[in-house]
Amino acid sequence: MNINLTMIGQAIAFFIFVVFCMKYVWPPIMAALQERQKKIADGLAASDRAARDLELAQEKSAQELREAKQQAAGLIEQANKRAAQIVEASKDDARKEGQKLIEQAKAEIEQERNQARDALRAEIASIAVAGAEKILETSVDASKHNEMLEKLAAEL
Amino acid sequence: MAGSASEYIQHHLQNLTYGKLPAGYERADGTVLQDATWTLAHTGREASDMGFWALHIDSLGWAVALGALFLFIFRLAAKRATSDQPGGLQNFVEVMVEFVDQSVKETFHGKNKVIAPLSLTIFCWVFLMNLMDLVPVDFLPQLFHLMGLEYMKVVPTTDVNVTLGMSLSVFALIIYYSLKVKGVGGFVGELTLHPFSSDNLFLKILLVPINFLLEGVSLIAKPISLALRLFGNLYAGELIFILIALLPFWAQWALSVPWAIFHILVITLQAFIFMMLTIVYLSMAHEDSH
Repeated sequence: MNINLTMIGQAIAFFIFVVFCMKYVWPPIMAALQERQKKIADGLAASDRAARDLELAQEKSAQELREAKQQAAGLIEQANKRAAQIVEASKDDARKEGQKLIEQAKAEIEQERNQARDALRAEIASIAVAGAEKILETSVDASKHNEMLEKLAAEL
Repeated sequence: MAGSASEYIQHHLQNLTYGKLPAGYERADGTVLQDATWTLAHTGREASDMGFWALHIDSLGWAVALGALFLFIFRLAAKRATSDQPGGLQNFVEVMVEFVDQSVKETFHGKNKVIAPLSLTIFCWVFLMNLMDLVPVDFLPQLFHLMGLEYMKVVPTTDVNVTLGMSLSVFALIIYYSLKVKGVGGFVGELTLHPFSSDNLFLKILLVPINFLLEGVSLIAKPISLALRLFGNLYAGELIFILIALLPFWAQWALSVPWAIFHILVITLQAFIFMMLTIVYLSMAHEDSH
């Protein structure tokens, strides 16, 4: 328990150690700590931002998907309508065509009937003339009786 | 047996002292010195006769070696300090630094570049010095005995000079910061105008000596209590280890192991208390709160 110079020696050593610690130990460690703290804070902020971005992108993609679906539905509907229209139009066309064909055929038939009638009439006239000739046993002057015959043919 | 036991204890509590013996001093072996001589003390009586002009080489040597060890390890970590993934050593050092930094920030609110490294030095250094208490009491002294050194006290904090040297340094810092922050007038005012004050000028002057006595005592008590608390705890712990070492060797473990385990707490706690009180005293020195 002697108080002696050791005390002063210890104080000097203490002073030197503290100065050394203050100059060469504390600042680099503190700097590293603070830098790491900053890095971590930055990293957390970046991850937050990324999460937010992701959410936005997801929302956007969902929206776009919805729009695309709507568009597709619209297109399909339009196509259906158009197809119906086309079918309707072609039905119409076909009907018209058929009508036309029928009319044409009727006209042709009419014409042929008329022709046949005309031919028949001519035939009948000549048959009638021949019959009359046979009956009269004389030849009928065709030119003289032609007017009468024609009148007869027109009556048939 | 009683004689040898007390001799054993005395021997263990004697520092290796290098100091100045006056001319005409009769040494332990009977020789009489012609001139004043600087020499190693051979007995406890010689050591105390050296008076103030003596050095405890063991205390100082171990203290400096342990302080250097602390700074070496921490400097190594500081040099390699990286803000990326830290290694094991850096992790450990960072834990210590953050712990001290936290303690300082909780207590001291001013701006001061000295207090935090000062606290770190105190905590680690005192801890290491205390830690020497856990080395078996006879181990190192025997080793040095073989090397021809008679005395060897390996726990620097069981030497009151060491604890006083540190606490007086802290005291010097207290005075320095008190003067720096409050100015001479403020500091003197703090010592003389509190805790008793009066609006009456005459009464005020009358109260000055009373206040000064109270505040002076509380100021002086700071370094003394700081030093003696650490010294007392470690000295007592060391003494008990020595007493346990007097038991037969096969029985010692039954007491020394529990005591050593308990002492782990004491060692850490005392280092922490020394650091914490230093921070508290210095933050008081920075405050004009009176």
